[in-house]
Amino acid sequence: MTNFFHNQKIIFQTILVMLIFGLVFALVLGVFYEKTNPVILKSEAEAKKRMLLSLIESVEHDNDVEQDFFEIKPNVLLGNKKSSKAYRVKNGDELNAIILETRAPDGYSGDIFLLVAINKQSEIITTRVIKHQETPGLGDYIDIEKNPWIDIFKETSLGNPSEKLWAVKKDNGDFDYISGATITPRAVIKALKNTLLFFESNKNKLGFNNV
Amino acid sequence: MFKKAVIDGLWKQNPGVIQLLGLCPTLAVTTTVVNGLSLGLATVIVMIVANASISPIRRFIPDEIRVPIFILVIAASVTVIDLAIHAYAEPLYKALGIFIPLIVTNCIVLARVESFASKNPILPSFYDGLFMGIGLCFVLVLLGGMREFLGKGTLFSGLDLIFGQNYKDLSLEFFSNYEGFLLAVLPPGAFLGLALLIALTNWIDQKK
Repeated sequence: MTNFFHNQKIIFQTILVMLIFGLVFALVLGVFYEKTNPVILKSEAEAKKRMLLSLIESVEHDNDVEQDFFEIKPNVLLGNKKSSKAYRVKNGDELNAIILETRAPDGYSGDIFLLVAINKQSEIITTRVIKHQETPGLGDYIDIEKNPWIDIFKETSLGNPSEKLWAVKKDNGDFDYISGATITPRAVIKALKNTLLFFESNKNKLGFNNV
Repeated sequence: MFKKAVIDGLWKQNPGVIQLLGLCPTLAVTTTVVNGLSLGLATVIVMIVANASISPIRRFIPDEIRVPIFILVIAASVTVIDLAIHAYAEPLYKALGIFIPLIVTNCIVLARVESFASKNPILPSFYDGLFMGIGLCFVLVLLGGMREFLGKGTLFSGLDLIFGQNYKDLSLEFFSNYEGFLLAVLPPGAFLGLALLIALTNWIDQKK
């Protein structure tokens, strides 16, 4: 009987120690999270603003692009499962360009998130990959930090190159790619083409009334 | 004590080529020197913090449940480091960010805590974490270098992502129009490269 009580005591002691450790470290993490979170949110917002501005360096605008957005409901062409944002780039009252959030669902691993700036003439001004999980050193050349590849889409549109040529050269298309990783650029090209199709069929709704 | 930590960490007990612990990130991430170095540095920080925080509380940890508590402490310190780098060293986070959470699952951290920090005072534990980390970092950089050179014909590409724009010129490109040797960049290349490094280590050890 004493043995039973002795065992029970050890069990409770162990539980107590584990509990105390859990609580102490939960507290440490909580305090640290509270302290760092505002800094992180602020720097993420700044990074987003920098990213948006870098997309439209060549476009005249005087509005606060980061604040001037509207929501787009889930759409097959944009691949968004929740509503995504579209940013207006305006100069005075004139809408010069629009920045769309889009995603390529068929990358090598996970969705590839892109921002695409499109001008009045339905041309891509610039596009950037903002989030992806492609293989480091292989498919990650779609990231501007690693490779300037993504800039081949500058000034492209559905007519330039013609719709059939929106593919990598391997698939008889018009776009270069880096050998060894074709799934990734295929996904990006398809997503951009779909984004342009979306833009074309919703031009009025996006605010380009008098073009 | 200091000297022993240096010799053990860098050579005799090297985590990468002798203990062969923490192979998962070692093999997965070392496609370039810079990736290897990034993961290596992050691991050094985690190992120092984990060792130094387990050692002073080692008397309060019951033997029966030491492993869950070690994991708890390691996971908490990795999260703290992750948050701190994200908040106060944004450029570094962009380069290291994806690697830091990986370190929780790295066996070498748990192994050093279990076999060293839980039995030794704080200062030796600190040195142990530091030099074991540097030893692993060294192997990661070497392996990354081999794979990058063979696979892409470059060295140090992307160094500016960690240390800033000034270092962009340090990137070396050895061949113009190099087609690339894909095997070296893909996972099998990591196994072959590591095997070569282990063979080299054993060969040097035997010659002595």
